[in-house]
Amino acid sequence: MKTLAAACAALALAALPALADEQEPVTTFTLDNGMDVVVIEDHRAPVVVQMVWYRAGSADETPGRSGVAHFLEHLLFKGTDTLAPGEFSKVVAENGGNDNAFTSYDQTAYFQRIAADRLGLMMKMEADRMVNLRLDEEDILTERDVIIEERNMRVENDPAALMREQLGAALYLNHRYGVPVIGWRDEMETLDLDAAYDFYHRFYAPNNAILIVAGDVTPDEVEALAEEHYGPLPANPEVGAPRARPQEPQQLAERRLTFRDPRVAQPYVMRRYLAPERDPGDQREAAALTLLSEILGGGQTSVLNRDLQFDSKAALYTGAFYDGTSYDDSSFGLVAVPAPGVTLPELETALDKTLAAFIDEGVDPDQLERIKFQLRADQIYERDDVQSLARRYGSALTSGLTVEDVQAWPDILQSVTGEEIVAAARKVFDRKQSVTGYLMPEETQDAPKEVTQ
Amino acid sequence: MKPVLAFVASLFLAGPALAAADIQTVETPMGFTAWLVEEPSIPFTSLEIRFEGGTSLDAPGKRGATNLMVGLLEEGAGEYDARGFAEARDALAASFRYDSGPDTVSVSAKFLTENRDEAVALLRESLVDPRFGEDAVERVRAQVLSGIRSDLKDPDAIANAEFDRMVFGDHPYGSQPDGTVESVTALTRDDLVAAHRAALARDRVYIAAAGDISPEELSALIDRLLGDLPATGAPLPEDVDVATQAGTTVVPFDTPQSVALFGHKGLKRDDPDFFAAYVMNTILGGGGFEARLMKEVREKRGLTYGVYSYLMPMDHAELYLGRVASANDRIGEAISVIRDEWARMASEGVTDAELAQAKTYLTGAYPLRFDGNGPIARILVGMQMDGLTPDYVVTRNAEVEAVTAEDVRRVAKRLLQPDALRFVVVGQPEGLEDVPG
Repeated sequence: MKTLAAACAALALAALPALADEQEPVTTFTLDNGMDVVVIEDHRAPVVVQMVWYRAGSADETPGRSGVAHFLEHLLFKGTDTLAPGEFSKVVAENGGNDNAFTSYDQTAYFQRIAADRLGLMMKMEADRMVNLRLDEEDILTERDVIIEERNMRVENDPAALMREQLGAALYLNHRYGVPVIGWRDEMETLDLDAAYDFYHRFYAPNNAILIVAGDVTPDEVEALAEEHYGPLPANPEVGAPRARPQEPQQLAERRLTFRDPRVAQPYVMRRYLAPERDPGDQREAAALTLLSEILGGGQTSVLNRDLQFDSKAALYTGAFYDGTSYDDSSFGLVAVPAPGVTLPELETALDKTLAAFIDEGVDPDQLERIKFQLRADQIYERDDVQSLARRYGSALTSGLTVEDVQAWPDILQSVTGEEIVAAARKVFDRKQSVTGYLMPEETQDAPKEVTQ
Repeated sequence: MKPVLAFVASLFLAGPALAAADIQTVETPMGFTAWLVEEPSIPFTSLEIRFEGGTSLDAPGKRGATNLMVGLLEEGAGEYDARGFAEARDALAASFRYDSGPDTVSVSAKFLTENRDEAVALLRESLVDPRFGEDAVERVRAQVLSGIRSDLKDPDAIANAEFDRMVFGDHPYGSQPDGTVESVTALTRDDLVAAHRAALARDRVYIAAAGDISPEELSALIDRLLGDLPATGAPLPEDVDVATQAGTTVVPFDTPQSVALFGHKGLKRDDPDFFAAYVMNTILGGGGFEARLMKEVREKRGLTYGVYSYLMPMDHAELYLGRVASANDRIGEAISVIRDEWARMASEGVTDAELAQAKTYLTGAYPLRFDGNGPIARILVGMQMDGLTPDYVVTRNAEVEAVTAEDVRRVAKRLLQPDALRFVVVGQPEGLEDVPG
C-alpha cells in the first residue's frame, strides 16, 4: 500500500499561504486480482460512500447495440444467484442508505451512501453482482420499456437534446462518442438478454474495476474489507487491456446542421470542435483548454459574456464547455443564445469575431489570475464534499489516467501560461474539425441566410 | 429487524453534526438570531439567509417583479457595475447565489476564511444597495422573457402552470412567479426598487451558518451584512384553501411523452399527523425503488422512468402532489395504476413490514444529510423557517419511530382523497378524457 498525498503547486503556496497544508487524504492500492482501490478519508461524520467504477461505457459497445451499457446498468439492480430482483436497493434502504448508478461514454459506476459501519455489507453485495448476475426474459422486456421511457423523458421530449444528439453524431465521423449514451431508439428496442450478458461478460471483472471508498474509514479497514469481499473474485484475463476503439480520421470538412422543431421557443447556435483530452503524463494542452473554457465562457467576467452580452448585446446567454477527462478525443463547445431581433447567422458571425479578437489580443492577466485563484479555492471547498472528490478520481481513472495524473492536475492548471492558452485556442478552433448547429422553431421568420466566412 | 434498529440508534448518537449541543444560537446586538455549527477543519464558511414572503409579495399587476429584482442583485451594487461586482467576487473566490420561490427569497454564500471580511462587504452591497441600473435591467429582463417563452413550450412547466391556476386561481400561488411576457415587459425600475424594499427586510429573515467561524465573528458579520436593511417589509399573503375534484385536465401539446402532475390538498407542517403522513408517503410514492408507485408503475409494468409523490406544505396552503411521465399511448394505464394505489392506501393503510422498512430507511438516512457545511447550513435555516428548535435534530428520529400502523391508517384515510385526486396531463395522451374540474 502506498500513500499518495497531493502536493500543492509552489506557485499556489507562494500566493496563498492558507493553502499550504491542503492535502487530499488519498490512499491507493491494488488487490492481487487487479482491482484498483482508492480511499479518501473524511472523518467529520460517520458516513461512507462506496463507488465501483468499470472501465466500460457506451463507447465500448458493439455497433448496432447502442444503449446496452446503460441498459445493463439498469439490469444490475435485478437479481443475482443470492439476491432477488430489487433486493439490492431494498437492503441499502433498510440500512438507511441511498444507492444509484450512472453510465457515460467511458465508464459505468455504481454507488451507495450509507453509515460507515455498513461498508462490508455494501461490498459483499457489490462484489456479488460483479460476477453473479441472473437475468430472465421478463426482466429484460420490462426494463427495456423503462429505458425507452427514460429516453422519452431525456431526449424525445426535449428538442434541444435531440439537436445535441445530431450534433454529436456529426462531430465524430468514426468514434463511438458520436452515438448517444442512452442509445439510438431503434437499436434500444432490439436490445435483448444476449446483448446484456455479452457486455457484462466482456467488461465486468475485478481487473476492469476501480473501487473508491470515501468517508469515515481508514485505508487499513478498506483494505481488509476489500480483500474479504472483492479479493476472492478471479481476474478475467480477457478484459482490462487498453481499449481499442475506432479513432477519428483526419477531419477535412466543416459540418453544419439546422434542427427545426415546433417545440423550440428559444433558438440558439452551438458549435463543437474536436479537441485533445488529458493523457497520462501529458495534460498541459488539456489544462490550457480547461482554462480557455473558463476564460471564454465562465460567467459574467468571461470574454464571450463581455463581448456578446454586455457590449454588442447580440446574445442573451453565452457559454463554453470542455471536459478533458475522456479516454479518446474530447470536444470543445461554444453556445450562444440570440437576443430578440438577432438572427443565428448574425450571432455566429459575432461569435467568430470575438474568438478571432481573443486570439489576437491574448489573455487578460488579471482574469487568468482570478481563475487560478478560484481553482485553488475549489480545492478547499471540495474537501467539504468528498463525493465530488471521489467522482473526480473515478472519472479520471476510468478515462485512462493515473492517480499521479489526478494529483498533478491542479499544479499543471496553475502553471499554464496565457501564451499556452492562446496556442491551444489557435489549434483547436479549426472549422474543418467542427460542427455548427442551429436550433430553430418550425416557423421560418429566423431563417438562416447563407454566411460566407 | 432488531439488530438494524440497534444500529440505527448507535449511528444516531455517533453523528457529531447531529448533537443539539453543537448547534449554537447566536443573538446579535442588532437583534438578529442565527444558528451556527462551528466546523473549523476546513477554512471556509457556508452562510444561508432566507427572507420570508418571496415572489408571492409581488404587488398587484407587477407579477414577476420579485423574481426580476432577485436576478438583479448581483448585477451591480454600490460602487460596482455588474462586471465589476463579478470580478470582485471572483477575485475573492467567493460564491453568492440568489434565488426566489413562492414563499422565500434565499441567499446562499460561501467564502474563504482568509478574505471573509471583504467577501461579506461585497455581499452586503448586493443585498442592501443594489443598483438596478438600466443596462442591467434590460439585459436580465430579456433573459427572464426568454425563460417565460420557453416555459410556454415545456411540458413540465405547462403542467405546473395549469395545476397552479386551477388550484389557486387569483391567489399569488395561482400564477407563475416569473410573471408573464406582458407583466415583465411593463416592469419599471421603480417597481424593482419597491419589490426590493418589500422582500428584503429585517422582520422576516432567517440565518444559519456552518464552517470556520466563531459565534462572535458571526454575530458581527450579520449585523454588518443585514443591519442596514429596512425594519419591515410588505405584508404576507393570505392563506388559501385547496379544493380539487377527481378527474383529468388534458392540455394538448405535440410531444411523444405525456407529463402528468397529480394531487390534492395536503397537510400543514405543524399538523400532529405530519410525521405519520410523511412515513405513509415514503411507502406510497417517496422516490425510492421500494415505494408502491415505483414498484407498480415502473418495476412491474415498465410504464415510466420515474414516478413519485410528496407532501408540499407551503406557508399559505398545503398540497399533496406527484408526477409521472409515460409515452402518450401508456400514460392512461399509468394514471389508472396510480389511482388504484391511491385508493388502496386510503382504504388499507400499510403493512407492519412496510412500516418497519420505511422507518429504518428514514431514520438511517437522516444523519446522512448532514454531510458538509453547505448542507448543514441549509438544514438549519430550513428548521428555523419550519418553526423547529435546535433539539429537533435529536428528537426527529424518535418522532419517526413513534409512528404506528394505526397512525398511518388514520392519516391515510384523512389525507388521501381518491375523489379529489386531480391529474393535469400535457401531451397527446391516448384514451384520456378531459374532465373539467
